[in-house]
Amino acid sequence: MAEKIGVYFDTQKIGPLLDCEPLAEKVRNKWAKACPVVKIEDNLSGEAGRQLIQADIDSGDIDSVCICGSSPRADWDIFDFGSHVLVERVNLREQCIWPFRNPDGSLPQKAEEADKLLAENALDCINMSISKLQKTNLPQPEDLEIVKRILVLGGGWTGCNAALSLARAGYEVLLVEKEQELGGYAGKLYKTFPKKSPFLRAEDAGIADLLEMIGKQDSITVYTATSLVELAGQPGQYTATLKNGSGQQEIQVGSMVLATGWEPLDTKYLEPLGYGKSKNVITSMQLEEMAKNGEIRCPESGKPPKNVAFILGFSELLDGIAREEEEARQRAEEEKAAAQQEQSDEEPSIEEPFEKTESYRHMYFTNELTCLNTLKQANYIREFLPESVAVILYEHMTATGIQELYYKEAQNDPGIMLSKGEVTAVETAPGGKLVVKAKDTLLGSDISLETDLVVVPTGLVPTTALDPVIQLAYRQGPAFPDLALFDGFADSNYICFPYETRRTGIYAAGSVRQPMSLAKSAADAQGAALKAIQCLESADRGVAVHPRSGDLSYPLFNFVRCTQCKRCTEECPFGALDDDEKGTPKPNTARCRRCGTCMGACPERVIAFDNYSVGQIGSMITQIKVPDDMAAEGPRILILACENDAYPALDMAAQRGWKWSPYVRIIPVRCLGSVNTIWIADAMGKGNDGCLLLGCKYGDDYQCHFIKGSELCDRRMKNIGETLDRLGVELERVRQEEVAIDDYDKIPGIIDGFVDEIMKLGPNPFKGF
Amino acid sequence: MSQSILVIGGGFGGITAALEAAEVGHEVYLVEKNPYLGGRVMQLNKYFPKLCPPSCGLEIQFQRIKRNPKITCLTLAEVMSVSGQPGNYEVAVRIKPRCTDQSSVDLSKLAAELSRDIPNAFEFELSTRKALYMDVPFAFPQRYTLDRDNLDESDRRKLTKHEAIDLDAKEKTITLNCGSIIVATGWKPYDVANLTNLGAGRLANCITNMQMERLAAPSGPTAGSITRPSDNRPPRKVAFVQCAGSRDENHLPYCSYICCMASLKQAQYVREQYPESEVTIFYIDLRTPGRYENFSKKILADEKVKAVKGKVAAVQEDLASQGIWVTAEDAVAGNKLVECFDLVVLATGMQPSLSGLPLPMDVGMDENGFLTGGEERGIFSVGCAKEPLDVMKSAQSGTSAAMQAIQTVRGR
Repeated sequence: MAEKIGVYFDTQKIGPLLDCEPLAEKVRNKWAKACPVVKIEDNLSGEAGRQLIQADIDSGDIDSVCICGSSPRADWDIFDFGSHVLVERVNLREQCIWPFRNPDGSLPQKAEEADKLLAENALDCINMSISKLQKTNLPQPEDLEIVKRILVLGGGWTGCNAALSLARAGYEVLLVEKEQELGGYAGKLYKTFPKKSPFLRAEDAGIADLLEMIGKQDSITVYTATSLVELAGQPGQYTATLKNGSGQQEIQVGSMVLATGWEPLDTKYLEPLGYGKSKNVITSMQLEEMAKNGEIRCPESGKPPKNVAFILGFSELLDGIAREEEEARQRAEEEKAAAQQEQSDEEPSIEEPFEKTESYRHMYFTNELTCLNTLKQANYIREFLPESVAVILYEHMTATGIQELYYKEAQNDPGIMLSKGEVTAVETAPGGKLVVKAKDTLLGSDISLETDLVVVPTGLVPTTALDPVIQLAYRQGPAFPDLALFDGFADSNYICFPYETRRTGIYAAGSVRQPMSLAKSAADAQGAALKAIQCLESADRGVAVHPRSGDLSYPLFNFVRCTQCKRCTEECPFGALDDDEKGTPKPNTARCRRCGTCMGACPERVIAFDNYSVGQIGSMITQIKVPDDMAAEGPRILILACENDAYPALDMAAQRGWKWSPYVRIIPVRCLGSVNTIWIADAMGKGNDGCLLLGCKYGDDYQCHFIKGSELCDRRMKNIGETLDRLGVELERVRQEEVAIDDYDKIPGIIDGFVDEIMKLGPNPFKGF
Repeated sequence: MSQSILVIGGGFGGITAALEAAEVGHEVYLVEKNPYLGGRVMQLNKYFPKLCPPSCGLEIQFQRIKRNPKITCLTLAEVMSVSGQPGNYEVAVRIKPRCTDQSSVDLSKLAAELSRDIPNAFEFELSTRKALYMDVPFAFPQRYTLDRDNLDESDRRKLTKHEAIDLDAKEKTITLNCGSIIVATGWKPYDVANLTNLGAGRLANCITNMQMERLAAPSGPTAGSITRPSDNRPPRKVAFVQCAGSRDENHLPYCSYICCMASLKQAQYVREQYPESEVTIFYIDLRTPGRYENFSKKILADEKVKAVKGKVAAVQEDLASQGIWVTAEDAVAGNKLVECFDLVVLATGMQPSLSGLPLPMDVGMDENGFLTGGEERGIFSVGCAKEPLDVMKSAQSGTSAAMQAIQTVRGR
């Protein structure tokens, strides 16, 4: 806890609009005991300033630092005095001075022209920060005993690469495969499309070499014909229950790479493409098997096909089943929404039921692999049967990036005919032959093609679309939640952070994450392996992983006051909390990402971090000096701004010259999910006239770094009516807005619009009590 | 022997590689030649397919860097030479001076007083900047840079007495010791001047896709309004020309991976800003791999977005309207199309930044400028230095390279 705070004014950053001396005097008077050092410096953010502060620390005059000047987002390196010194930055420049305009709209150029509102705002901000420091402790990390062994689930190409990678980085690995042998689908390939420069020839998949390398690693223990029954615990301390012919056993692991890959999509999606009509309509998997066995033959006649048609332009054929499924999906969503409405008042449903997400869409998601695979298989036809011809009818040849070179190479073979074409029918003809009809071709007209063999693409569906797979013994359920958003793939919602999912410690790689080539899967395996290492090393150091990586703080529970309402257990976006039979939450710190959603959810103020708590923000709110007469001195409005996006957007708006109302007071929060309704009640109780919450976009394309924070906050604010009613405060005084980090051109308008509405509403009826 | 890792290039792939390695506990040097981190991603308005702002992810990365004492960021820095072997490389890095105070002091007024207006490369020359500048939104580090080569005598007089300016700062060269090297030097847009049949960059209203990103960005030269460079008027009819340079033996033989999704995304920018507008995308194949298919279907469901399979043969300026006549072959209908658009966007491809440059270290480079090999020497290439990729895949590639670098430094 900060007991001796040094307050420093950085005049170079504060500039001419604000006179520091009267502010410093007010701080000295108000906080005489708490702030033994109050200094005004011209050159604070430089080596000289640093040394000045360091000297005050070293002499023991102060134990923590409060800098009044630029945004905490700037000059962070200058004001770092080591992990044992708390530093609080009062953002006077970006969020007080730069956006300031006088109530009449004029822009002051020097201190004498600035309305006293500016100094009042600055003083509130400084007082809030000092108060915050007094309620902040240096976080003490939780000490956990860690197992540095990593479970790799799935022993195909990706899993084997991950295992090898982990072993080579010095970790013990448990490689678990449900089949009798390692290798997965890669082991069934005759060849794979090019993995390396110059990208012109299909090559051996390389599984044999990989398995040999695995065999040489003593630190890899392989379990084949074994399945994962349960994964209980938390990163660093998981217990994996494995089951195989010799029974069940429990093994301790620290984290997991999920590499369970894919299953072939249900062949019902291939029936509209002619599959099942004749044995001579085969899947690309069947053709691969033939090639692997060294012979390509028509299944009906056993003769080599003279011509083979590959169907990639299947949209029209698939249209019927696609429509049906889209309609069914829509109906299901409507029913779900209706059901949710009904049960909203009931006991929270914590466990999410698992739903399968296999659909026709997976045919399309496989497009890139299908195109490359088809080019490869057309080459098989030419290799095994040099006299035969392969025809490829495609909609879009998705040979992306460098694989274009492989596509070009195929175009040079006169025995491979490629055309855009929408296949309209696949019909049987006498003699076991097939007729493929297509329109919109590049050949100038519709075509009808007689062929011996038709190859339809094997769609790829991730294992996580069919089964929970990871078998978590978590209160929120065994699977990754909400995978329907990614059509069942165990993928990340974040473009920037491809490995971040909602289950800390479990990192997906390969085709269970996205449809991927072998080359990409191998690299992906390395990436996921690193994240798995990082997670258990972070747990070992007691620090958080992404996005608050390195954060030492974690939620502490004061169970004496807990009423077992289960809200924290239900709302945690990462499923960090389990509970006992009575409903008392059991925190699992290593699963936690430190967003504070649990703290925001708790009606009893049971949960707090060393450096972030309900009491801390509450004490900051108390420091806002609310004038009694709104008509004369204006309203006061509290803004709780998400520190990830809204807060930098405010900085940016100011930097770009935007101005906004001087009546607002901004407090950053870890995530809107951490906003406890008590803060709103506090602010209103103290006479503030409104409260604006600025947080991230939610919905299917959510931008919240903690998944659900802004959405949960919005729900809480909708339910706050009763509390406000009790206070006699109108619901319109509290509003949440979704802003993105680049909405800096819109935020000033949002703030001013809200202030205008509050002005129209008039003063908070609670004011003065 | 050194356990440190050097990352060359402070774009998204490089930042990711640096952070992922540092968060495991390794010391990392991140070397960026520009004054600010963020690379190409910093220039993008939105990401596909979520249409979320890239600065959001960069902000998180910058926060991670700030919290991590294991990372040393060197901006305005370039690797000059590399000697030694895996586990023990000596790397000479030249650091150009920023010539400004080491803090975030606001120099905007001083900058405005300077005389010259210099074409702004960050904005693809759609606007100008001063010689003292911080042209990057959410600049990291948040510090002005002085470009001394663009000052005149009166500027020097103004600057010389300013406390936050050091006109005489010297370039320096430092030596770093590291065990492994990650090359994340990224890409540059293919030079449109080579595309003589597509206006060669000389027609005002025939812009590149990266210029479009800046036009649409709230931090860009038009504060986010998509208008024609010739007259600042809103375009009603917009064409996108796919494979402008890519998939072309005379230019870039490979596919640049991102342009189809980028144009679909930019079609959405246009349609959102101007509900009456019409968009035509001329393509060879619409390559929207994997779950990007959902995005493609969503954008193309808009009846005012039309996709035509056909390569554009030529563009020509309409002298009266300064519109752009596009000549293309509709490959399916088999006829020639000639149509005038208010604005044409060339989906120019990506070329590796190192293409044509001498390499300071021993790695292979293919004929297109992509890096090959190096693994056996503890040198790992990332993202678009290796092959054309999007941001998500570059981040993945950066993580993978970090893993390999860690194996290298731990293995010795």
